[in-house]
Formats: sequence, C-alpha cells, structure tokens
Amino acid sequence: MSASTSPDTYQPKTSVGRISNFIDTRVGASSIVKEFGRKVFPDHWSFMFGEVALYTFVILLLSGTFLTLFFDPSMAETHYTGSYVPLKGVEMSVAYASTLDISFDIRGGLFMRQLHHWSALLFVASVSVHMLRVFFTGAFRRPRELNWVVGCTLLILALAAGFTGYSLPDDLLSGNGLRIIDGVIKAIPLIGTYLSMLIFGGEFPGTAIVGRLYVMHILVVPALILLMIAIHLFMVVVHKHTQYPGPGRTENNVVGFPVGPVYAAKAGGFFFIVFGIVAVIAANFQILPIWDYGPYDPSPVSAGTQPDWYIGFVDGALRLMPGVLGGFPFEYVIFGGYTLSLNVLLPALVPAGILFGLMFTWPWIERWVTKDNREHHILDRPRNAPFRTATGVAGVVWYCVMWAAASSDLIATHFHVSLNDVTYWLRALFFIGPIVGFMVTRRICLALQRKDREIVLHGRETGRIVRLPHGEFIEVHEPLNEYKLHRLVDFESPAVQPAVPDANGRITRTEKLRGRLSRFFFEDRVAPVTPAELEAAHGHGHAEVEETKPKAEVTSR
Amino acid sequence: MGDHSHGGPKSSGTVATAGQGEVEKFQDPGLPPHRPRLADKDPRAEKRAERQVAILFVISVIGTLLFFVGYFAIRLDETISTLRLQNFTLGMGTAFAMLGIGVGIVHWAKTLMPDHEIAEERHAVRTEEDRQIAETMVSEIISESGIKRRPLIRNTLLGAMILAPLPAIGILRDLSKDLNPDVLRHSMWDAGVRLTRDPDGTPIRASEVTIGSAFHVIPEGLNEAEHKLEEKAKAVVLLMRLNPEDLQVSPGREDWNYNGIVAYSKICTHVGCPVALYEQQTHHLLCPCHQSTFDLTQECKVIFGPASHALPQLPISVDSEGYLVATSDFHEPVGPSYWERG
Repeated sequence: MSASTSPDTYQPKTSVGRISNFIDTRVGASSIVKEFGRKVFPDHWSFMFGEVALYTFVILLLSGTFLTLFFDPSMAETHYTGSYVPLKGVEMSVAYASTLDISFDIRGGLFMRQLHHWSALLFVASVSVHMLRVFFTGAFRRPRELNWVVGCTLLILALAAGFTGYSLPDDLLSGNGLRIIDGVIKAIPLIGTYLSMLIFGGEFPGTAIVGRLYVMHILVVPALILLMIAIHLFMVVVHKHTQYPGPGRTENNVVGFPVGPVYAAKAGGFFFIVFGIVAVIAANFQILPIWDYGPYDPSPVSAGTQPDWYIGFVDGALRLMPGVLGGFPFEYVIFGGYTLSLNVLLPALVPAGILFGLMFTWPWIERWVTKDNREHHILDRPRNAPFRTATGVAGVVWYCVMWAAASSDLIATHFHVSLNDVTYWLRALFFIGPIVGFMVTRRICLALQRKDREIVLHGRETGRIVRLPHGEFIEVHEPLNEYKLHRLVDFESPAVQPAVPDANGRITRTEKLRGRLSRFFFEDRVAPVTPAELEAAHGHGHAEVEETKPKAEVTSR
Repeated sequence: MGDHSHGGPKSSGTVATAGQGEVEKFQDPGLPPHRPRLADKDPRAEKRAERQVAILFVISVIGTLLFFVGYFAIRLDETISTLRLQNFTLGMGTAFAMLGIGVGIVHWAKTLMPDHEIAEERHAVRTEEDRQIAETMVSEIISESGIKRRPLIRNTLLGAMILAPLPAIGILRDLSKDLNPDVLRHSMWDAGVRLTRDPDGTPIRASEVTIGSAFHVIPEGLNEAEHKLEEKAKAVVLLMRLNPEDLQVSPGREDWNYNGIVAYSKICTHVGCPVALYEQQTHHLLCPCHQSTFDLTQECKVIFGPASHALPQLPISVDSEGYLVATSDFHEPVGPSYWERG
C-alpha cells in the first residue's frame, strides 16, 4: 500500500502556506492558478459595460436579500399602523404595508429599497449597452454566436426580473401595471382568458398574484440569471476576450494585462466603484415613493405615470397602435362570437417579437449574407462595418420611437403641444425613423472611412501655412507614424457576394435574396488604403494641394 | 478644402476591384514601445501615488463610520425630514466606503502595478485530433448502450419521456379554481342598486349632479362585498351631466340617461386602466395610461387612441327618494376585450 500514498515532498513553513497547501492537495488549486493567474485580458473602456451588468446584479442580490428579510408578499387585507401618518388606518394589503414598514420603520430600509431599484434600472441599462457594444463591434461573430444568444436570453431574464419586482409592493402604480398585463394576456386568442385566470388565481386582481410573482422574482428568475451568467463567463474564458484592432494585435493573439495583479485589481476595484456610484444615487434620488401613490385600487390612477424605462418600449407600442383606423376597428368578432383584439395583440407582440427575433438570429443572418464563416477575434470599428452599424442604428431608432411614445403625454405637457399630434408624429416615425436612421448612419460611416483614408494618404493637417518659393501657400501635412497608420488601415471591407448557382446550376430564390441583400449592404463601400496607394500619394508630391477636382462620390449607384 | 480622398469609383481603390485576399496589406509594426509613467521614473511621484492610494482607503474607513453615525445617531420621528437625512447619511457613508476602496485599488493598479501589455497566443476552440477521439468515444458509447440496435427500448423510452413531464403541466390546473369566463360578463350592478360615491359609498341624488360635474361612482354595498377589489375592478363608473341636447342617444338607449345624467364604465376597453380624466369643455374622457379618448356626446365612442370599442353605458334612473339607481347591469362586459367576449 505504501506505493499509493503520495509522498509529500513539499513541506510548507508558514501557516498560510500550510492552509494553501491543504487546499491545493485537495482541489488542485495550483493548476487553476497556473491557468488563470496570468491569463491576459485586453483593456478598453467599452468592455466595462458587461462588468457593470455583473456588478449591479451582485448589488441586486445583496440588497434583495436584505429586503426579503422584511417584505411579506401577502395580499391579505390589513389596516396600516406604521409611522407614516397620512396613511394611518388606511385599508391595504400586507405586501404594501410591509413595503411601507421597510421604508419608514426599518432603519436603512428605504436606502436598501432605493439601492435595489436603482441597481435594477442600471442592470438592465448596462446589459443593453453591453449588447450594443457587442453588436456594433461585431463581437458576436464566430466563435461567439452562442454566447450572443446567451446574452439575449439574459436581457429577457433581466426584463422579467425587473417586471416581477416592480409589481411586488402592490401600490397603485404596480397594480395598474398588472392591470395592463392582464389586458394584454386577455387579448391572446383562445387561451388568453384562461391564462389570465390561472395567473391571477381567478378574476383580476385576486389575492394570489403578489405571492406568485414573489417566488418568480426571488427564486426562479435570479437562479436562471445566475445560470446564464455562469455559462456566459465560462464561454468568455473558452473563447478568450475579443480585442480592438491595433498594432501588434492579430487574430491569433490577445494583447492586454494579466489577471494578476493588474486586471484583477482594476476589475475588482471597479465593483466597489459601481457600488459606490449606485449608493450615491440611492442616497440622493428618490425612486418609486409608494407612499405618495397609495395602495392598489382599481378606480384611481395618476396621470403622467411611466413604467420603468425598460418596459417603456412595449407600453409605447401599445399607445401608438390606433384602435380604430378610418372607421374600422382593429377588433373583430370572428367564428360567430369570439373576439380577436388586434389593437392590443399586434403592438404587444409584433415589435418586441421582431426586435428580439432579429437580435437572436443576427449572427446567422450576417454570416449567411456575407458568406463569412471565419473566426473573428479582432473587433470591427463601427465605421468599418457600415451595413451592420446602420442596421443597428435602425433598430435603436425604432426602439427609441416606441420608447418615446411611452412618454407621449409628458412630451405633450412639457413642450405644450397636442398629445394627438405627438402620437401622429411618432406613428409616422415608427415607420420612417428606422429607414432614415439606416441611410444617415451608413452615409456617416462611409464618410468617416473616407476621412480615415484621407488622413492615411495625406497625413494630419498641422495648421502650419508655408509659402513656397513661387508664391504658393500650402498647409503642411504631417505623415502618420506607423502605429497610428496601422490603426487606420487594418480592417476588412467585405465586397458584394453576388448570387451564385447551386450544384444543379440553378439560382434558388433564397440565394437570389441573399445576393440582393449582399448588394444592398456592400455595394457602397470604402476599402482600406494599400501600401501602393500610399506610395502613389507620396509620389506626386503636394497631392493634397493639387487636388481640385470636384468632390467625387463613393457610391457607384 | 478640396477632396483628398481619391473617392471616385474609377479613379482609385475606394471600390476595390481586386479581391480581398489579393490586396497588398501593410506590415504590422508590432506593439508600440512602452512609455514609462511618471511613477516609474520619479521615486517622488511613486511615493505620492502610494500616499494617494492610502488616503483613499482611509476615506473608505471614514465612510463606514459615517454609515454607523447615521444609523445610530439619527432617530426617526414622524416627519419625513429625519428619514431623508438618515437615507442621505447611510447612502453617502456606503458610497464613500465603496468608492474609497474602488478608486484606491484602481489608482494603485494604474500608477504602481506594472503596465506592460502582454501578448498571449489564442488556441483553436477545437482541434481535429480531439474531434476524432471524441467521435470514436461517442460511437463506442452509443454502441455499448445498444440504443441503436434495440429500437423497442428506444421507442418505449421516448414515449415515456414525452409523457412523463405532462403531470408537471397538468398539476398547474388548480392555479385558479374558477375558469369560467362568464364571471367577466356580470358586475355588481343590477336594477335598483344605488350609485354611491367612491370611496365612501354615500348615495348620490340626481339633484346634486350639476351640469359639468363628474362623480366617481361605485355600487352601493361594494365596500362590504366579499371580493371587493375584484368587484370594484368591474363596477367603477363615471357619472357626468351634460345638456340633454348635447347627447346623441341611439335607439334603445333613450331611457338610459336621466335628464342628461349619464353613467359609463370607468374601465378602459383597451387594457383596463381607469379612464379617469374628464374634459368638461369637449366632453371627452381620456385614459391616462394609453390615451384612448372617448366622446361622451357620442355614447363614449372611441375618437382617438388604441381602444377599439366604446365604454359600456350603465342604464340609470332615480328611485322614489330621488337617489340615482341603476336600472340593470351593463349590457356588455366591461374592461378589456377577451376571446369569449363576442
């Protein structure tokens, strides 16, 4: 048996050493340190958004745990006896009363509530901005498509976490929010009414919904988010992080700082900074003063109320949809006695469905159109992918139009314009906005690329005016150094991939569509400067002052 | 400024004619040279950075102390101001405690830790060798399990697996004991039920309703009802009085108003918010949630916004004591549409 006992040749001397050695010989910490201790992470300010999302989620877990110690998710009736005088004796649910208690009678409770709510807003915001960063830089391309899908799922879970939490205090606002959800569910054909009754345990509002949302909010949704975060980060480690283009950075390496000590210190310190900033906000800015709104009652409502920002786009879509158009209502009685409420169903499902559908599938759409199946670890500068940047902006514009519509009444009252006109304009923008956004963004990208070309070919304007011997004045242009130059020329400009016949020699309909899309996306493009072009530009001397030909267009259309 | 970009499609390479791979590319100059920071060169700057980091950590300690001062020293009384002060102190204490640590560590990393960038090789997500080994393994595993050779086992297992989760869905049936949509058709209103003020439940005399006024109304006895909120969500009514000649009354509804006093459901037919805003001049009712607008003079027909059908009207009259009463329930379901509404 002596052969099977491992001879411990290493004998630690200090107590810390003994503890680490104990752990190492039980779980193999050495190999973990070896793998991750000096793992390199590239650094860029735009990589922070994902960190903000992770850290706000940690803050949510911490502050949320505190809140669960005092919150009672019961809809039983009670009369308020706490210390907030204006509501003394008022009939309300236990859930609302315990939220008041957290705010007024538990020291630090109000701070924790505000910290929790502000973190939640920031959590969804940072997830969204992180996704925009990933989209606009093309970080979702192979091999990271699945991680993009995990990210999209996380966004949906973040919305679910936010909405279930918003509905818990059982105040007037959250009750009206639930009433709207009930109305939307009831509009679902065939099963809507049953679904609504199952969710609410009978007729709206019932006495079950807060408890049911509570278990979703504190158990199911956060558990799923944690699981998704684990998968998300695991894949980041597997793929290694993407990096921006630059001198010395290639598809085959990662340039950055090692985890220990620099990256760990910066990322770890950043957690405390995020926490600190959310604490400043929670200390100074009131959020959801439920005592002003009162307990839920189906009769009153306050004008100018807004949902939490991330629900706004759905609420705005609901507002934009006309219920009656040209005398024809969007509500039909079909099959002799069943109501189909397209005026609710369409805006509640279609825009969100299109947005999330395109979001989930975009990596595959782009791969299909560009026929680019290579691995990409170098990010695109957004200007160097005009088609993608323009598509993304079109989506953002569309989202923002709906989002603005959720505040149509406030826009009308603040700017003293007619509410109806605001709605008509937003309805028009709903269709026109994304198209204009696409066209303008693509032009801006192409213009910026042309500007980059110009800087590469002719250097930077120095502002120094020199008079030549024959009397001509020129501005001296300073050529770029090789590092700056490399930043501006190191990109790919995909060309149109025309439709090609398949094995049978036929051009299928989908291939035709792909060819059209490819033409639409890449017909107008700006290629990076080649060394030969740079040579030529330097060759004819003062090219920058001799050029007087009229402005030529990039487009060939 | 002239055009410097050689942007013409024919004159230069802006629309490249050569294929992507054939275009000659610039040489990668490699990582830029490392530039030492002030703290790398000047020992005094290094010492200064060290002091700054320590001061930031001390600020964090002070922040934590501030938290406890706020927690124990501020007594909450019945005014909001002490609560606000305590919230401010706890929050700013936490903020300083956190920011002191965070900013301190980041400052430490940026000024004193090495800032040499390192390049690390990437590795393929999958190697062909691994793939072959895995493929062999999987086919061995499948063959050892025999699942391909024994379709009887495979198919019965599939069948069992498809059915086994169904109870998990079926067991949710009792989330609601009652699944009959008919309850949505009826409210507390009935012939002879008095219209009373929301929320105190005092009855309303027809003479109290002057032209231009509006009342928020609940049925008599609602406050004592067993399922108060559920009933209220269907029964709330807006009561208004107009000049009788302003009302366009459709056939069959002639006796639904009383001297120009009309009662309409307050629950929006869009998604159920209370239609709480009454514009006296235009006789429009506006839902503050999604801005559906109903014209009172046209029996609350939708004139703007996302709602598709008119607010249901409650037929009213007066009883022998002069109080307003309903003469029947609503003639159609109130609130948002649903599949079985018809």
